[in-house]
Amino acid sequence: MSDEREPLIRVEHVSFGYTMNDKRTLPVLRDISFEVRRGEYLAIIGHNGSGKSTLAKHLNGLLVPQQGNVWVAGMNTKDKGLRKEIRKCVGMVFQHPDNQIVATIVEDDVAFGLENIGVPADEMRQRVDEALQMVGMFAFRHRPPHHLSGGQKQRIAISGILAMRPACIVLDEATSMLDSYGRQDILRVMRALHQQGMTIVTVTHHMSEVVEADRVIVMEAGRIVMEGTPRDVFQQQERLHELQLDIPDASRISQAVHRVVPAFSGTLIRTDEVVEEVENMHLRTLEVHGG
Amino acid sequence: MTDSIILVEDLDHVYMKNTPLEHQALYSVNMTVARGECVAIIGHTGSGKSTLIQHLNGLQRPQKGRVVIDGLDLSQRKLDVRALRRKVGLVFQNPEDQIFEKLVGDDIAYGPLKQGLSIKEVTERAKWAMEVVGLSFADMKDRETFALSGGEKRKVALAGVLALRPEILVLDEPTAGLDPCSRKDLLERIRYLNQSENLTVVFVSHNMEEVAYLAHRVYVMANGRVVCEGTPRHVFGNADILHKYHIGMPETVEILHRLKRKGYAVNPEAYEVQETVQEILSILPAAGR
Repeated sequence: MSDEREPLIRVEHVSFGYTMNDKRTLPVLRDISFEVRRGEYLAIIGHNGSGKSTLAKHLNGLLVPQQGNVWVAGMNTKDKGLRKEIRKCVGMVFQHPDNQIVATIVEDDVAFGLENIGVPADEMRQRVDEALQMVGMFAFRHRPPHHLSGGQKQRIAISGILAMRPACIVLDEATSMLDSYGRQDILRVMRALHQQGMTIVTVTHHMSEVVEADRVIVMEAGRIVMEGTPRDVFQQQERLHELQLDIPDASRISQAVHRVVPAFSGTLIRTDEVVEEVENMHLRTLEVHGG
Repeated sequence: MTDSIILVEDLDHVYMKNTPLEHQALYSVNMTVARGECVAIIGHTGSGKSTLIQHLNGLQRPQKGRVVIDGLDLSQRKLDVRALRRKVGLVFQNPEDQIFEKLVGDDIAYGPLKQGLSIKEVTERAKWAMEVVGLSFADMKDRETFALSGGEKRKVALAGVLALRPEILVLDEPTAGLDPCSRKDLLERIRYLNQSENLTVVFVSHNMEEVAYLAHRVYVMANGRVVCEGTPRHVFGNADILHKYHIGMPETVEILHRLKRKGYAVNPEAYEVQETVQEILSILPAAGR
């Protein structure tokens, strides 16, 4: 089995293209290599068509590389016999909540994956309840899912994955159809899971979500073109702009204020950091002037 | 108002009436939109936004109250629904899911063809609609729809509605799911349609940056009611309303409101990034500069 010090997912020289009707292929991933470490919170960004969703689908074998290999906990995703094990290890949440819900009652939906792998009834009961509690949807367990809000539905989808007890969750633009409150709900759940040691990979357009991650990978035309902590990556506003990406408004404000007042930090990325920095500047002035 | 192209008066709507699942989605909603105006409807999930806009092209008919679109009264039984739908183009959420033709040009031409227009007229309309959303007619008309990027698909779907030459464009979350660049591009196109082609635009959004950029006026909905109406500046300046009705704020507004709560003299209506920077500069201690 897998070595605990090994990265959870290893992507090695992966290339992939979609075949068009006339047998031309549209290259989407070009010789991509990176690792997802155990317990890491990784964000993947890039504009539409940069290949990030295709890449995400490689992380649990929904797509398999045409060249190169993807290893999940030491298992090669090309090995069909291991596919079930791989998907138990890495679960995916997609963009549209409605496409991921199959049952007419919330708890049945969460149990669906467990039924498929033949988990005994007692254990199933326990795992479903636990999974619903983790996303804060236990009170809704007897409700029909189609009357829930988008954010609640996404939490049900996540809960169905948690019930499988994966080591890693991959979110493929899972919040892009949600309003800002729904998005906050999901981010809160992810933050809590991450603290409990879950590995999280999020593919997103929302720079405010990237701020949550330990590390960011920026994709362009099927290649990884930048990598680093959100703070480092957001410092490179012009480079990101070339890649048709944005930075959070908080970063933009931080940088603009810093240009006029050098003592004000130019590397802030969150709204609360900007507010704190204003307060700190006042405190520092008080100290200098002896209160 | 005599020049209002959309008039909604005391509109109620109840889903699944007389069943245990009965649910009232709209309570006495009033709304007017002037010809050529761009109006945003914002509100938390389940606030009734989508139900309201489904009334604008007759997908829902008023159960109680009145909806009048450019002289067409939707309460009348003998409503000419076709005429109404020619006036009002409704672009659903994720309209790209409704693309069904293999080629881009065919998908956009489908509506006008069904209206019985001549091939020449259909071609002209498709061409206009594609160019106006930023898809080159020559390059794109024979492209396969499945191989387009998310942003391109969204544009194809929008062009399909525009090819019907509506006077009112109603959009449900027009940029949800698009990357920042495609979003900016699409917003510019919609603004052009509103300002230069004189299209009346009504859109539902939970992206406040988008609301700030496009809308002349904003309706805030909560629990099936209109709870606030005004310019974006007016609405974003009102922290109580934003908090009470779970309206997300642009990051700029969030920073300004937090600073204000801590006692700093900032104007929370200054929601553009440059304005926010100025507000922050104005409260920094002189010694730090």
